[in-house]
Amino acid sequence: MSNKENPYIPHMAKVEDTWYETHGERAIKTFRVVFEDEEVKESWEHLPGQCAMIGVLGVGESMISISSSPTEGKFLRFSVMRMGKVTQALHQLEPGDSMTVRGPYGNNFPLEEWKGKKILTIGGGIGQAPLRPIVEYVRANINDYQDLTVIYGARTTNDLCFKQELEDLRECQEVSSCHLSIDIEEEGWSHFVGFVPTLLMEVNPSPENTIAITCGPPIMIKFVLENLKKLGFEDEQIYTTLENRMKCGIGKCGRCNAGPLYVCKDGPVFNYATLKQVPEAFA
Amino acid sequence: MSEKVLQKANWSSFVQALADARELWFPVKDGPIYKFAPYSGDVDAGLEEYAYSSVPPKAVVLPQTETMFLYQVGDKETSLPEEKKEKVVLGARPCDARAMDIVDRVFQWDEDDPYYLENRNKTAVIGLACNEPFVNCFCTSLDGSPGSTQGLDVLMVDLGDKYYLRSVTDKGSRILGDAESALEDASGEGSQAEEIIKEAEGKIKRSIDTEGIREKLEEGWEAPLWDEVSRACLGCGACTFLCPTCHCFDIQDEVEGFDGRRCRMWDSCMFGEYTLHTSGHNPRPSRKERTRNRISHKYRYYVEKFDKIACVGCGRCITSCPVNIDILDILSRVKEEL
Repeated sequence: MSNKENPYIPHMAKVEDTWYETHGERAIKTFRVVFEDEEVKESWEHLPGQCAMIGVLGVGESMISISSSPTEGKFLRFSVMRMGKVTQALHQLEPGDSMTVRGPYGNNFPLEEWKGKKILTIGGGIGQAPLRPIVEYVRANINDYQDLTVIYGARTTNDLCFKQELEDLRECQEVSSCHLSIDIEEEGWSHFVGFVPTLLMEVNPSPENTIAITCGPPIMIKFVLENLKKLGFEDEQIYTTLENRMKCGIGKCGRCNAGPLYVCKDGPVFNYATLKQVPEAFA
Repeated sequence: MSEKVLQKANWSSFVQALADARELWFPVKDGPIYKFAPYSGDVDAGLEEYAYSSVPPKAVVLPQTETMFLYQVGDKETSLPEEKKEKVVLGARPCDARAMDIVDRVFQWDEDDPYYLENRNKTAVIGLACNEPFVNCFCTSLDGSPGSTQGLDVLMVDLGDKYYLRSVTDKGSRILGDAESALEDASGEGSQAEEIIKEAEGKIKRSIDTEGIREKLEEGWEAPLWDEVSRACLGCGACTFLCPTCHCFDIQDEVEGFDGRRCRMWDSCMFGEYTLHTSGHNPRPSRKERTRNRISHKYRYYVEKFDKIACVGCGRCITSCPVNIDILDILSRVKEEL
């Protein structure tokens, strides 16, 4: 039985490069990996928003969003916060080591459908990981979209993910604006100080022909949604991506449901109009 | 379809013939309860005292713990466990076979689950109709019957001094072929069996009208009812482990020395850890949310996906609950109060 017939058998992927996005007890480490099997490397296809089960044999697996866009090349990027048993083991991997990868799982952001629109991403903390592929995808296909605006914040400068990339985005021509924030004043910080929902009001984006995608801690999402409504966004213009504990990734093991929706199959990407009907989605 | 009769005097040669052809699973007494176990030849292989198995035969197709693949720690190669054997389950109650039919859909939804399907395809089920329904049975409220053949390969009915057997599928006919020497052709026993099943239907005491429950579960999400019905819950998970349609599992790596295996094992939505995020956040933080999920999954979520209720009315969750939580009480309150 090959991996094709058995969705539970993972592929091996070699770690090409790693670096820390943030430091400390809950450090975030980014991995760039390539599949060791040439055939898998060539046939693998994913779209922004999808996830993969990654892990270490002997320890286990975790569902992690793929934080690279297919437009970047034949590799995958994962940004992993050190939280539990599996992520602890992943953090010990260095270039040359291997991790297990299976997937891709879930639906994707409907970037085809969004062509011709203005794209606005609103992220907080590690929540930028699933939004990053949107930014990269839209940058690579900027002629198909009217505009790209990035709003991103974290508690402190040490909690900001993709710091250098986001600084660079401020200079790059495809992105019309990139706004960064931290919650509390720090020496040398020249950008916004305050919470992401407040920064959103400050930026004051027009809802006209715009799609807003948000991901971050539940409390941030709650207030971002409220503020988007204040700015005049319709529910249908707002998307988010959810995460829940998962084991199988293919709708069998049962645990990731939010009401009738399986995050692994019906999601992780949801339109707010759908999600609003599901009280458990915001639990 | 073939119709046969098995004289009870020929019971042991019938059992032996089945066991010679396939791995035979059979209800075995384990302390005060019955559960299905591989027939070893030396157990008392009669079905005379057996009413129902506390542990459903789902364990035959979805083992409580199952190896998914093996590996050596530090290596990159994985290997699959041994191929599964051809099996025959003797004495499953019709509700338990209907439950397998319900679980089948989950394991084929969009993507096939190779472990479950290999087991299922290699398993034949000989069901034993219920002459005397159990105290908490309510299968007739869920399109079932003490003589339902859904999910079965052979239906067997106890006629006193003999059994009447009818194959429902081709696989069932082949099974009866294997045990041909112990069987006789039926001559009119079929109608006697129908009578017994009809009579048994009349003996079922508990019921629920399921009409409208799905909609009410959606509308009454925040109702105080959920606090009340879950207050006594201990979170032991018996209702789900012993439920023939519950199929949720956990996946874990087990390592001994350098020998590693990834396996899956039954899990329960009634456990807090089931949905607990590593951050400490839990989207279903208390027994209230978990009880609501258990009932909603069976009577709403599954219905929305597969157009069928994921409960067969076996009554095990009622019988096995240490604090007497009764799904029929919950469902009638859902109907009346939401």
